[in-house]
Amino acid sequence: MARVVGTVELAAPSLPAVEPRRRATVARFIRRQPLGAAGVVLMVALVATAVLADVLATHDPIRTSSSVLMAPNADHWLGTDNLGRDLYSRVIHGSRISLAIGVASTLLGAVLGGLIGLVSGYVGGTTDLLIQRLMDIMQALPILVLALVLAASLGPSLPNAIVAISIPIIPRAARLIRASVLAIRELAYVEAARALGVRHPRVALRHILPNTIGPFIVLITAQLGASILVEAALSFLGLGIPEPYPSWGRMLSIAAAEYAEKAPWLVIWPGLAISLAVFGTNLLGDALRDTLDPRLRGS
Amino acid sequence: MRGYVAKRFVIAVVTLVGMSMVIFSLMRLAPGNIVDIIFESAGYVDQADKKQLEHELGVDRPIPIQYARWVGELLQGDLGKSYRYDMRAWTIIKPRLPVTLELAGLALLFSVLLGVPAGVVSAARQNRPIDYVLRVLSLAGLSMPSFWLGMVVILLFVRSLGWIPSVTYVSPFDDLRANLWQFVVPALAVGYRSSALIMRITRSAMLEVMREDYIRTARAKGQRGTLVVWRHALKNASLPVITLIGIEFAFLIGGLVVTETVFNLPGVARYLVDAIQFRDYPVVQNLVMFIAIVVVLANLTVDLLYAWVDPRIKYGRA
Repeated sequence: MARVVGTVELAAPSLPAVEPRRRATVARFIRRQPLGAAGVVLMVALVATAVLADVLATHDPIRTSSSVLMAPNADHWLGTDNLGRDLYSRVIHGSRISLAIGVASTLLGAVLGGLIGLVSGYVGGTTDLLIQRLMDIMQALPILVLALVLAASLGPSLPNAIVAISIPIIPRAARLIRASVLAIRELAYVEAARALGVRHPRVALRHILPNTIGPFIVLITAQLGASILVEAALSFLGLGIPEPYPSWGRMLSIAAAEYAEKAPWLVIWPGLAISLAVFGTNLLGDALRDTLDPRLRGS
Repeated sequence: MRGYVAKRFVIAVVTLVGMSMVIFSLMRLAPGNIVDIIFESAGYVDQADKKQLEHELGVDRPIPIQYARWVGELLQGDLGKSYRYDMRAWTIIKPRLPVTLELAGLALLFSVLLGVPAGVVSAARQNRPIDYVLRVLSLAGLSMPSFWLGMVVILLFVRSLGWIPSVTYVSPFDDLRANLWQFVVPALAVGYRSSALIMRITRSAMLEVMREDYIRTARAKGQRGTLVVWRHALKNASLPVITLIGIEFAFLIGGLVVTETVFNLPGVARYLVDAIQFRDYPVVQNLVMFIAIVVVLANLTVDLLYAWVDPRIKYGRA
């Protein structure tokens, strides 16, 4: 930032000059997007929980014990499940699974879809038409149904769950990036780059792709929540993450439903964890969309 | 108009043909064929029996021929046979259809009844407290897994009212009250999520329309505020809402998959989960195709409705 302002600031140490301005930006973001700021807090909490899971957890999340279905108490803060495992530690460790699968599948789907969208939008013509029809076809199935069938065919495992969740994201990412590419392709600077003799792949990757970053970030934030929800549903149905990984969706499945009346905490906490994580991504996604997408500004 | 309709039909058919290929290939991602799966549970396998069954089911034929045979059967309305129940799939699906239709219909009704007014109010009171409350409520709806919401509601009912969810399905023709009692909660659990999406799109469409000149004109000539909002603005904001309702229909079916399981409703979506869990793949393949057909038909209906509602759409080029 300092380099743009002038030589005077270049000479001075940049940190003190930047700090107040950055603080002002943060303050403005909180004032303009209070919900988005709440989203940031939730997301930071989620990431911190996942990173510090070993420190925060009080028990081994997968070790069974004889104290089954205990109500929340001083030792087991959120009680224990039907196999005597500490629910608090399981919910804490569950954040790792949710975040890892959510981020991995969203990035995989968004990057693959983004590249397809880039080719589709930049090349145009018949290629574009064929890719768009294919994306239509992929989008004609509900996300969960497509992920369900994929997960079932691939078999339950961590990498398979990531692949199964990422594939339904591809057409959504492709469509979005294609739309941005179509608009950017017509700009004068792209024409200038071509006139200077820059080859097509380089124009597409170096000159157009970086300018689609805004919608791409919005897409990733919005899809992250969706991916976490799909993972929860797949694991709930027994087709996502296999035992003994403590997945929030898995925690809500058969056992929780069976013991719900006797041990309602088994139902409440893992579900609340999913909801808060997704709520955070949704709040942040909305705020980012409002900030990064000028067409929606003010709405 | 005729050109537009014809084009939409062609697109729908192309999508369905492509869809059938995708589904057919997906089902063959799993190692081994259906005969291996059937024989897996049996300890002793007679190779001759296996060959016989493979021949009977046609899985020993080349893939393109298998595909052609499947599509041929589908076109004749044959949904194949369930290996788990040893019955025609249609005999199992048919009694389950009304359950899913009623649930989907009620959920869609709730989502529109809750979503549209909430979106209009939110837009009319932009950035006021009520707008924030409605926006947070709708985001919460998008953030909660509908199956979890269902579980929590059941739990609340059971613990506070002593209400026990009925284990068997009650037809509306036998006992309408018991039937509605059984469906309202799951339909609300699914509908809440969809209503959140509908609320958001209604809000942004309304905000866009409210900036138009004709709204200012209506206000300037002294039209009452509520009338301007609900009649003048909502009418023109309804197009994206209709599109979304059509798209939402597809997501709704996805939501039913888990909701029917949680609420123990014997619908088609739960049968899909059953079939997947018991690896009854021919049934899965047909059910997924069936869902694709429903979704494509819903989208086609929206496209046609869209053209009919908005006279500005150029039928030839749209």
